[in-house]
Amino acid sequence: MKKTTWFILGGLLVALLLAGVASNFASGSPDGLDSASTKGCTLNENDEITGGSCMAQNAKDNETSDSPLADYQINGIGNSYVSTGLAGVAGVLLTFLVGGGLFWLVRSRKQPAETRE
Amino acid sequence: MDAVALHISNGVLDGPVSAVYGVIALVALAYCISRGRRDLDDRLAPMAGLVAAFIFAVQMLNFPVLPGVSGHLLGGAMAALLVGPWVGALCVSVVLIVQALVIADGGVTALGANITNMALVGTGVAYLLIFLLLRILPRTPTGLGITAFVASVFAVVAASQSFVLQYALGGTTDLDHYSLGAIAGVMAGTHVLIGIGEGLIAAVTVVTVAKTRPDLVYALRGLKPVRPATAAEVAA
Repeated sequence: MKKTTWFILGGLLVALLLAGVASNFASGSPDGLDSASTKGCTLNENDEITGGSCMAQNAKDNETSDSPLADYQINGIGNSYVSTGLAGVAGVLLTFLVGGGLFWLVRSRKQPAETRE
Repeated sequence: MDAVALHISNGVLDGPVSAVYGVIALVALAYCISRGRRDLDDRLAPMAGLVAAFIFAVQMLNFPVLPGVSGHLLGGAMAALLVGPWVGALCVSVVLIVQALVIADGGVTALGANITNMALVGTGVAYLLIFLLLRILPRTPTGLGITAFVASVFAVVAASQSFVLQYALGGTTDLDHYSLGAIAGVMAGTHVLIGIGEGLIAAVTVVTVAKTRPDLVYALRGLKPVRPATAAEVAA
């Protein structure tokens, strides 16, 4: 059991480094879906749709676009490296807590044979 | 860096289709919870939390696939190999829910469609291939790596085509310049490349875990589908 705890902590550290540091070296280009979604439209330098006809034409802002972690940036931190890194760290921890907590709650508890099922 | 949008935004799919996919996702997730909880024990539960956190991290790492086009891992194949198909689909869903609700990545109204594509179709197609390939290939790190790679490529392309189907059913813009067939082709093309990138990441990750802690790899647990011990077996 202890060995598994160390493995989980080690894996979490790797995830934190990827999201906190490596994420700043990620490509800023639109991904496969995003680039297909703007095919047929003309874009200005801010990647806003200015004309034409494409799948993203009627796309709307996300409901949570004013969230403190919106767009993988911490609201109010000017330095984009620090901002992206901290947002990544917060996102990894939040996902681990939400996911791990949910899975822990619904897990099947190993119980003595007589009380099973 | 400009706004990074990785998943379907609000307003791309119409209300009825978004709602139908929301229902599909809810029903499927409820089923995944009921099947997955048989797999989830005191050891798999934290492992599944780690898999979700790891997928969240790696989804931030967009890699270039073509000039001006990038891609990122979706995670279905990796999750299915490490924690099984039911819990794996739940891991990817947790990531998508956190992204939609907290990061503003992927519209909340498009959450059902995003979960269907990446968590359900992605993990489902991946697991089908894992199920077949692990019967043919040697159950060695190499065999596991090849399985992760091939399953990732097919899962990512399948997820991309699932989106094209959603757009065909309820896209909000009539496309003047491109037919849906052309969009399907473009999506398949970029997502083969994204799948290759994801396949390499998934293979390295799964092989690393298999070499460190083979007992934590769901896909190595046994050739037969894992079934919990019955009360009689536990007592025996």
